[in-house]
Amino acid sequence: MKKNKKNEVSNSKKINRRKLLIGASSIGAISLASKNLLSQEANPENLPPNLPEWTQYLGDGVDVNPYGMPSEFEGHVIRRNVEWLTASAESSVNFTPLQDLEGFVTPNGLCFERHHGGVAVINPQDFRLMINGLVDREMIFTLDDLKRFPQTNKFYFLECAANGGMEWKGSQLNGCQYTFGMVHNVQYTGVKLSDLLLETGLKDKAKWVLAEGSDSSGMTRSIPIEKILDDCIIAWAMNGEALRPEQGYPARLVVPGWEGNMWVKWIRRLEFGDKPYLTREETSKYTDLLTSGKARMFTWVMDAKSVITSPSPEKPILSKGVHQLRGLAWSGRGKIKRVDVSIDGGKNWKTAQLHSPILSKSLTRFTLPFEWNDEELLLQSRAIDETNYVQPTIGELQKIRGVNSIYHNNSIATWLVSKNGKVDNVRLG
Amino acid sequence: MSGLVRCILSFSLIIFLVNTTFASERKFNLGQIATKEEVAGWDIDVRPDGLGAPIGSGTALLGEEIYTEGCAGCHGDFGEGADRWPPLVGGEGSLASHDPEKTTGSYWPYASTIYDYIYRAMPYGDAQSLSYDETYEIVAYLLYMSDIIEEDFVLSNKNIGEIEMPNKDGFLLPDPRPDIKNTQGDPCMSNCQVSTKIIGKARDIDVTPEDDN
Ligand code: HEC
Repeated sequence: MKKNKKNEVSNSKKINRRKLLIGASSIGAISLASKNLLSQEANPENLPPNLPEWTQYLGDGVDVNPYGMPSEFEGHVIRRNVEWLTASAESSVNFTPLQDLEGFVTPNGLCFERHHGGVAVINPQDFRLMINGLVDREMIFTLDDLKRFPQTNKFYFLECAANGGMEWKGSQLNGCQYTFGMVHNVQYTGVKLSDLLLETGLKDKAKWVLAEGSDSSGMTRSIPIEKILDDCIIAWAMNGEALRPEQGYPARLVVPGWEGNMWVKWIRRLEFGDKPYLTREETSKYTDLLTSGKARMFTWVMDAKSVITSPSPEKPILSKGVHQLRGLAWSGRGKIKRVDVSIDGGKNWKTAQLHSPILSKSLTRFTLPFEWNDEELLLQSRAIDETNYVQPTIGELQKIRGVNSIYHNNSIATWLVSKNGKVDNVRLG
Repeated sequence: MSGLVRCILSFSLIIFLVNTTFASERKFNLGQIATKEEVAGWDIDVRPDGLGAPIGSGTALLGEEIYTEGCAGCHGDFGEGADRWPPLVGGEGSLASHDPEKTTGSYWPYASTIYDYIYRAMPYGDAQSLSYDETYEIVAYLLYMSDIIEEDFVLSNKNIGEIEMPNKDGFLLPDPRPDIKNTQGDPCMSNCQVSTKIIGKARDIDVTPEDDN
């Protein structure tokens, strides 16, 4: 029998991690921001008084793209991942390009992905949802069955609990996408679980639900029954079309305002029980380690948060004069009530304009006009939700939770605008 | 809505007493009643108290071979983790340090969770391919490597709910948030006393992926 030599093991781990950081730093290439600038240069031959080509030729006919795609000039608006974060792409994450989006809806193809065993490919004819355990009748539903129940259509944000998780110790990733992009906001169509469960009935002792996915990670999370009956949905559509495969096609669980990991994709089963199941995803993962070495468990709700999407590291300021600062705010506890913006690192604040619709547990767009005349700025945004919860600074969070919790970093970020208009993710203190 | 369901349930309880049929009535007549066999095939979860643990058993002595063949390539011969794959063993005493290492031995509060997870999700890319006995054997081997059981201890559905994990008291409930100073929706708006000194820049850390599109 072999025995582990513990000290050796943890030392080699540390070295590996350090190597990674050093390795990545030796790569030198044009930055994201300057790349975007290059692709936006105009061709003078297309400018007035000249006649551009497209004004004369016949363009593509209908059906050239039976399923329409974005303009070829929007090729930079894509999900991106941080390869060194994970060992394999099938258990990994990529990020929504928030800096390139407008309004409050995330286009389906840009919703960030987080998989634990890759994307399951499921013929909807082979889809079954099983409901078992402490119910009056253990039942199985087809997708067609689900679509015959009363329907609900709701906008909700979905945020990974680890969004911003790389930023606990300091500013690490220089991008709005990489530091805030594990969130998306779409309209879900589906059946409320409170309606679906009228069919199975519930035993009085049923207090917890185990939601289980049918992908190769067999994703499982325990959810208290109050939440299930309050606003959870089995959804089969997003933004008006079938769920995308990477978002759980043909059906997923929607758990409004709570951490994304609970929104089990490719759902296959709901088991009702009298106690929580304490699965790997709610013990080994998605628990918040404090400095004491103890960890918080069952930290489900996503607290209020906001981000300035432009200017941001990917969206430098290109010219003097007036600009529209843009951003997004959201809260797992309800509606966004107010967003304040500071351009001097938090000393003075102005209230931004919120754009309707302002929906509960949904991204909310804010804007604020500002003038820029080559001076240095420290941009921050601060969300306040309808419970009067105020988005905290990282210092306030660190004081209570330390820096090892990975999850639930909803702190205010700071973007430094330099005199040349470049924008950097920085930490103040 | 919870109220509605409960209300309908108690309403149907009255029907139950009158009709002596079901405890509640089906409202829409959609879906099929699941058979015992259908449920048994999919109901694979195991709870901390051992509920759901399938009949079977195994020892670390038997687990070493299966682990070395099917798991060590990624998780290391001693569970230390190969390359960037996750470690499964080690890290005891590290949780309160600057570099905590969370493994089945150092962090996981229940042995049942190790069984449940390995059976449903491992080996990575060939999920649910292990037999019940093989899973007990591997779990026993991991527990043995973390000094939680002896090498000849027979782990089974009867005792998996009773294994004492070192970090079983390491978790705090309930969620105390909101846990920060409450300004009642009325935070400082002007001349606020905050430090605006830049103490770190992501650009200097230089781990942000470069765009190659
Ligand atoms: C091809 C590589 C690979 C192989 C082989 C493999 N695993 Fe894994 N294992 C992984 C990955 C990747 C994860 C993390 C999955 C995720 O992120 O959800 C993981 C996670 C785990 C975890 C949870 C770790 C934690 O801290 O949460 C356990 C336990 C585990 N594996 C056990 C096993 C066992 C036992 C075997 C052999 C039967 C095995 N693995 C084979 C890649 C592998």
